[in-house]
Formats: sequence, structure tokens, C-alpha cells
Amino acid sequence: MGKNVLVIEDEPNIIEAISFILSRDGWSVATHSNGHDAVGVVQKAMPDLVILDVMLPGKTGYDILRELRSEDATHGLPVLMLTAKGQVKDREMAERAGASRFMTKPFSNAEVLDAVRELVAG
Amino acid sequence: MGTLNILVGVCLIYVAFLFLVAFAAERAALEGKGAWLRSPIIYTLSLSIYCTAWTFYGAVGYAARSGLEYLTIYIGPSLVMIGWWWLLRKLVRIGRSQRITSIADLISSRYGKSNLLAVGVTVLAVIGTTPYIALQLQSVTVSFDVFSSAYGAELTDSAQGSNALLVAAGLALFTIIFGTRNLDVNERHHGVVMAVAVEAIVKLLALTAVGIFVVWGLAGGVGDTLARIDASEIGQWQMRGDRWGTLIFLSGAAFLCLPRMFQVMVVENEDEDHLRTASWAFPAYLMVMSLFVVPIAVVGLDLLPAGSNPDFFVLTVPLATGNDALAMLSFLGGFSSATSMVIVAALALSTMVSNHIVMPIWLSTQSGGASVSGDVRHVVLLSRRISIAAVVFLGYLYFRLSGGGTALASIGLVSFAGVAQFLPVLVGGIFWRGATRTGAFVGLSVGFVIWAYTLLLPSFGAGSLVSQTMLENGPLGLGWLRPQAFFGISGMDPLVHAIFWSILLNTMSFFIASLVGFPSPLERLQGAQFVNVFEHSSTPQSWGGSLAQTEDLMVMAQRIIGAREAQNLFEREAKRQGMSGLLPEPSPDFLQRLERELAGSVGAATAHAMIGQIVGGASVSVEDLMAVADETAQMMEYSSKLEAKSEEQARTARQLRQANEKLTLISEQKDSFLSQVSHELRTPMTSIRAFSEILRDSDRLTETEKTKYSSIIHDEALRLTRLLDDLLDLSVLESGRVNLNMQSGSLKGILDHAVASALTGAGADKMQVVRDNQQEDLMLNTDLDRLSQVFINLIGNAQKYCDSTTPKLRIDVGRANAALVVDFIDNGSGIPKTEQAVIFEKFSRTGVQKVKGAGLGLAICREIMTRLEGSVEYLPGQGGAAFRVTLPEQVAMAAQ
Repeated sequence: MGKNVLVIEDEPNIIEAISFILSRDGWSVATHSNGHDAVGVVQKAMPDLVILDVMLPGKTGYDILRELRSEDATHGLPVLMLTAKGQVKDREMAERAGASRFMTKPFSNAEVLDAVRELVAG
Repeated sequence: MGTLNILVGVCLIYVAFLFLVAFAAERAALEGKGAWLRSPIIYTLSLSIYCTAWTFYGAVGYAARSGLEYLTIYIGPSLVMIGWWWLLRKLVRIGRSQRITSIADLISSRYGKSNLLAVGVTVLAVIGTTPYIALQLQSVTVSFDVFSSAYGAELTDSAQGSNALLVAAGLALFTIIFGTRNLDVNERHHGVVMAVAVEAIVKLLALTAVGIFVVWGLAGGVGDTLARIDASEIGQWQMRGDRWGTLIFLSGAAFLCLPRMFQVMVVENEDEDHLRTASWAFPAYLMVMSLFVVPIAVVGLDLLPAGSNPDFFVLTVPLATGNDALAMLSFLGGFSSATSMVIVAALALSTMVSNHIVMPIWLSTQSGGASVSGDVRHVVLLSRRISIAAVVFLGYLYFRLSGGGTALASIGLVSFAGVAQFLPVLVGGIFWRGATRTGAFVGLSVGFVIWAYTLLLPSFGAGSLVSQTMLENGPLGLGWLRPQAFFGISGMDPLVHAIFWSILLNTMSFFIASLVGFPSPLERLQGAQFVNVFEHSSTPQSWGGSLAQTEDLMVMAQRIIGAREAQNLFEREAKRQGMSGLLPEPSPDFLQRLERELAGSVGAATAHAMIGQIVGGASVSVEDLMAVADETAQMMEYSSKLEAKSEEQARTARQLRQANEKLTLISEQKDSFLSQVSHELRTPMTSIRAFSEILRDSDRLTETEKTKYSSIIHDEALRLTRLLDDLLDLSVLESGRVNLNMQSGSLKGILDHAVASALTGAGADKMQVVRDNQQEDLMLNTDLDRLSQVFINLIGNAQKYCDSTTPKLRIDVGRANAALVVDFIDNGSGIPKTEQAVIFEKFSRTGVQKVKGAGLGLAICREIMTRLEGSVEYLPGQGGAAFRVTLPEQVAMAAQ
């Protein structure tokens, strides 16, 4: 308990929703809302899990994930990808980039919670 | 009755004898023994089919009625044989060098191998010949009838008919057996020719025997006969110049143009030199044939009771004087005349019908199956046989239907006049290079129509096919079209009239149409070969190539058929000649083979001319060069056609590629659009779902939290609705199905409304809007609501994106390039150059997402302005973000 989750997402309402759900479950939540400095933020915070949106201003979630995977420190970091684009090719892109889990918006709160628990435990 | 039986027996023996003769001749020719078959005498005798039963029996009748006029029928051909032998020689040479099979073939070959022309000539020849065949059948049956009635056995009509059928069947059988025994490329039929020659002797003998009997047996010698002639009406004959001239011309023309004459004279000709003998021997034959005609007529008129048919004096005079054997010989003479004509006519016509009508039809129904030569041979023979039977049967049918009698009597001259229509086309074709297919067609058509109209139809008698009133007043009362008095020139003899007009108009239209038209390359080529047949065929096809430099030939061949092909060809040839080197001797054999090889690439004329130039033996004539030019023109036309075709294919491929690219692009755009729509819809839905689940599942929520989360759900729902509205709006605008609601209103009013609508909600009063009311004092006629929507979007964008601490929006109205422009300029940092190009695309939001929006606003603005025939553009270099709306002149003008 008390583990850290970093949410990288540009929609304020979604940030608020995820933060609410996770903090209720006992996670400590940090948020960030743009793409171009996201990698640095992750490296600095070194959370137990990153929830990463795909469509971010400045840099896409795929690019951020690829950079994280190429760094030793963040190579094995659990990353849950969220995207509002629900096509098959988006899922494939996420898998290729190295996502630990991929979820399509809109998601159910329980699902997100389960996924976060699993990824951090496993 | 006994004599009649003997007559039948003699006839049968005679027929059997003819079969035997024909068979022996065929056999001898096959074994190569029959040198005597190819003698000029046989050739001359075969020409005697000109003398048919009409001549044998009818000449005496003719003399009895019209005096010496019958002589014209003999004078015409004699003049042709003696005076026009060079024309005949040319015909024969052309026939041999071009492998001509009939007069239809000759005419069609000359005029660019036009099968249409061949079909026309064939049909006309059949029309012209059928009555003539009927006449022969009639003569046989009537002569038999005369014979039998002399012995008191009147034949019934049906017996006559069955006699005719028997004769027709026998003749068809004979022609089939000896006319189609095999398919000779030269179309020579030794059996038929021999039988015809024998019959020629029989009819000459018969007529001469009757003549001698009459002069010395009945009249009492030459002196007494001459005295009798002087005393008779025939002695007071008056020569009508126009009729004589016409008849001599007519019989000469028919001699040249009759299909059967063409058959024996040209097709069956063995040697050009035979013409030399025939040119005196045939006139001599005709002279003997005509010698005793007048004496027989005079004595017959004296001897026999008044009202006897003079057409059969040759038969009835010996019968009346009890000279049965002579009568029988006379009968055989008539029989020979009739049968030989029918046989050769059937042979000639069947060749034409089969080659130009049956075979083309058969070949066109066979799709590619005719490649086996054996098949075609078989079919050709069958088609010939059927054609022979059909031609003879047609004659028999005509005989039965016309009822014999008078209708047939005048048919000889009518028939002559019909085939004489071929003359202008035939003679023009072999002497005049400028004659064209169109000319031939027009000339023949005109000639035959006039012939049919002025001669053939009236020949059936007034009231049968042509009404009496039409004969007298012309068709539809057009007097100048009276069948026997064209252009009001009456008083002419009907025959002279018909010949004069048909030949004159035929020739004239042939010449005029030829001069007006332009011959095709093939026609020119054939024309040159026909007209200059002596130059073309006098030097034999083979080359005398001793002077030729094989190396020169090699160089040329390499250039034409390619280096390797040429080397192979020359090597093969050298080996064949037993030479040690790679180059063969330029033997005639080799040169001919080389020419053939080259012809495959460059055309026959070109190949001939090229080899001719190198070998040096033959000079290249103007005709050769012209033929080369023709070939080149044809090839160029062909290659330019190919080029056009491949260009067209390339163009089609390009169009297909472009269409495909466009479709791919559209498909990609559609995918990307759907993906963006999905994204824009899912984002608010995510918030709605997340917060509604929180409200539902969490029990420890404060009132503030509850209110906040409910209003987020509410706002996001509104955002979704707006997005859907925009999407629908855009879809309608893009599809062009939008209905514009044109109204008049002031620009100021629209801007007032837009500013008020756009600047609502939080921070609305922060934005300062600068306007010039004077500029805005304009009336517009356009869709005011849509224009207002554009303004609202632009003002709203300024409000959303202007990052100045004291946001200010200036709205300027002015004119640029005779159009009304409204500029919206804010004092923010503007839009970066890189993004200016894409801001009007759908879902292209720029910069930080400070404000929620689907990114469809500018796309909608652009679509609306397109519909209003104006535009909206980004206006760079204004400090802040600047947009210019341009309205067409007439929108503003309409208000003034």
C-alpha cells in the first residue's frame, strides 16, 4: 500500500476521475498533462506504475513509452496505456511500443483498479 | 415409232460416247500423255460453245424472219477474234498470272479483291444465264417433240417436262463428274473440254450435212439455190445500220463477257499461243456454221407448208423429205449444241457461285476450324457440286415456269445484252489504271438496272411484268422514263435503245465514279498488275542473279530480317548448294526464296524491288516504286494505329492509377476521420462514465464532490452534443446537400449578433472587441445564419486561444480585389507558421488544450464559405491570430 502511480493525461476531468478512484484505494497519485517532458518526469518520480494516455500534446504516448523502454531504469516499469482510439491497430501499436496493459476509453473504474493492482503486484 | 426408238437409242449411245471421250481425256491428262489434248485445234473447237442450240436451230429461223441479220451474231465474235486478239491475249495472260477462275473473279481481283463485286457479278451472271440454260433445255425437248410428232406420236406436256428434267439431270451429272473430279488450282477440265470439242465437230458436221443435202439434194445445186434465194423475201433484205451495228457490238461483247466463254477462252486455256490459231480458225468455224443457214431457210420456206416453225427447219426439212438418218444427225447436232452450252455454263457459274457466295458464307460460319486443308478441299468440291446442280435445276425451273414457248425465243439477245454490261468494267479494268472499285460498282449497277428496265422486264411481254400503260407513258406518268423511249427519244428499235442507253450510262457512270473516287492501295496494286500484265509477267518471276553480289544481299537481308536470321538463312542455303563457305551462290532459286523471306517483313513489292536493285537484272519501275510506297503507307498507318492504341492504353492505365490513388487517399482520410471522431467521442464519454460510476459506487462523497462531479458529467454531455452537432453540420456541408436560405440584412446586424452569441460565459467580458460602425454599414444578400455561424466561430476562437493578458479583437471591414473582406485580428501570439496550413483541417487543434473543442470549427467555416462562394483564410503577419472572410462582390452589391 501507499505505492506511487503517475498519471500522464491531458484531459483534466479524466485526471480527476482516475486520481479519485486510485486515492480512494490507497494509492498515492501524481499527475502530469503534457507529452514533451513526460519522460523526464517519470525518470525523476520513478513511480511504481505509469498510466499513460496516447494522444498527448507535444509527444505521443507511444513515443514516450518507447523512450522509457529504451532506458535501463524504466525498462521494466509497468505501464498501463489508455487510448480513446479503439481500433485494432492502436492496440498493436501499444503492444509493440511495450505497454504492460492496454485499455480503451471509456473504461470502467473497477477494471482500471484491478489492472493497477495486478500490474504492481505482478 | 421404231425410228423414235432408234433416236432414243442413238442418243443414249451418243451420250455414253461423250462420257467415254471425257473419261479418256481425263485419264490421258492424268497420265501426262495427252499432248493432243493441248492442241490449238481443241482450244478452237471448245470456243464453239458460243454456238448454242439458239444458233444451231435458231439461226435458220432468224434468217427466215429477218434475212441476213443473223450474220451479225457471227460477225461480232469473228471481229473480236481477228481484230482484238491482243485484248484476248491480255485477258489470257492476266487469267494465268493471277490464277483467275471466272469473270467474277477477274473483276473482283482487278478492283482490290472486292468480294462484294464478285457476288454482284455472280448474281448478275446467274440472272443472265438461267433463261439461256432454259432455252437449251427447251430446244432439246422441242426438237424431240418435232421428231416424234413427225412419226405421229404427240408428246404430252408432262412427257416434255420429264424429258427436260431427264436431260437436265444428265447434264448436271456429267458436269459434276468431269467438272469436279478434282480440285485443280488451274481450274482446267480436260474431260469437259474434250467432250465439248467432239460436240463442236458433231454440230458442224450435222449442219453442214443438212446444208449439203438441201443445196445439192433438194435445190439442185449452187446456181439453183442462189436463184431461189433471189426469188425469196430473204433476198430483199434491208440492212438497218443501227441494228446491225448494235448486234455486232452486242455479240462481240457477249463473246468476251459470257461466263461460259470466259471459262473456255481464259480459264481452260493451255497456252497463250493457241489464240494465234483460234484467231483464224474460230472465225472460219463460224463461217462454215453460217454458210448454209440461208439456203436451208429458203428451201424450208418453199418446201414446208406455210406456218411451219422455221426455227426447226434444220430438223423438219430432212424429216419431211424422209431422210431419217440425216434428221437424226441433225438432232444430234442440236443436242450437242445445247448440252455443251449447259455443261460449260454450269461449270463456270458453279465456280463463281461456290467461290464467291457459298465458300465465303461457309468460311464465315467456321470459326478457325477451316485450317485443315483437306477439310476445305472436301467442302469446296461439295459446294461446287451442289452449285452445279442448283444452276442446272434453276434453268429447268425457269423452263417449266415460263412454259417454254415465245417467252424464251428472244431470250438469247436479252441474255447477251445482260452480260455485255460487264464489258466497260472488264475492258476499263485491264486498260485503265484509274478505274476504281466504286466506279465498277456504280457502272455495273447502272448498266444492269437499265438493262432490266428497258429490256428484261419488257421482254416478258406487255402486261406481264410491265404494264401496257407504263410502256406507253412511263412509270408514274413520267414520259421521259418510258422503258423503250428514254428521254423522249422514241422510234428506236427496243434492243438498240436498251443497248445504247445501258452501255452508254454504264460506261459514263463507271468513268465518272472512277475519276471522282480514289483507289485504295490494293486496288492500285492490282490495277497496275492487270494493266501492265505484260511487263510484270514477261520477265519470269525467277531472278538471273549471276551479277549479284551475295554480300550486298547479305547486308540488305541483315538490315531487314535481323543479323542472326539473315546469317542462318544464308548458311542454310550455302549448305543446300553444297558450298564450303557461309555465302551461297546467288542462284535464281535462292533469290526467289530470299525474296519470299523479305516479303514477310517488308511486303512483296518492296522485297521484289530491293532484290531487283541489287541483282541489277530488272530495273525498278515506277509501278514497283508506287507499290512500295503503298506498302509503306499501309505499314505506317498500321504502326500509327498501334501507337495510338498503346498510347490509349497508357492513358487508361494512368487514369486507373490516379483513380486508385484517389480512392486510397479517400479511404485513408475516411479511416483517419473515423479514428478522430472515435477519439473525440470517447474522451467526454470516459469522463461521464468514470464520474457516474464514482457517484454510483462511492458512498463517502461530500455534497461538494457530488455537485462537482454531476456538473462535469453535465458539461461533458453538452460537449458530446456539440460535437455531434458539428459533425452533422459538417457532413451536410461537405455533401453539398445544404440548402442556403438567402436573405438580406446589414453586416452590422450580423456582427452584433455574432459578438453577442460568441462572448458568453466566464471571461466573456474580458475580451475587448474593436469595430468600425461606418465600415459595417452595408447590406448583404446571402445566407445570413450561415455567415453569422462563421463569425461566431472566429470570434469564439479568438476568445479561446488569444493568450494576451488584455485580449483584444479587431474586426475590420474593407475591400480587396473587388470583393468584400471582413478581418478578425486579435492581439495574441498568433498561430505558428507550421500550423497555419492545417488549422482548417478537421480535428486540428493547435497548441495547448486550454479550451475544449472538437477542432471542427474552422473546417465548418471553410465549408460554409465555399457554399457562399467566398472564402476564409488565415491572414499572416498581423501580430496576433488573424482570419479574413472574403465575400463575393454580388453579395454586397445586391443590397445597394
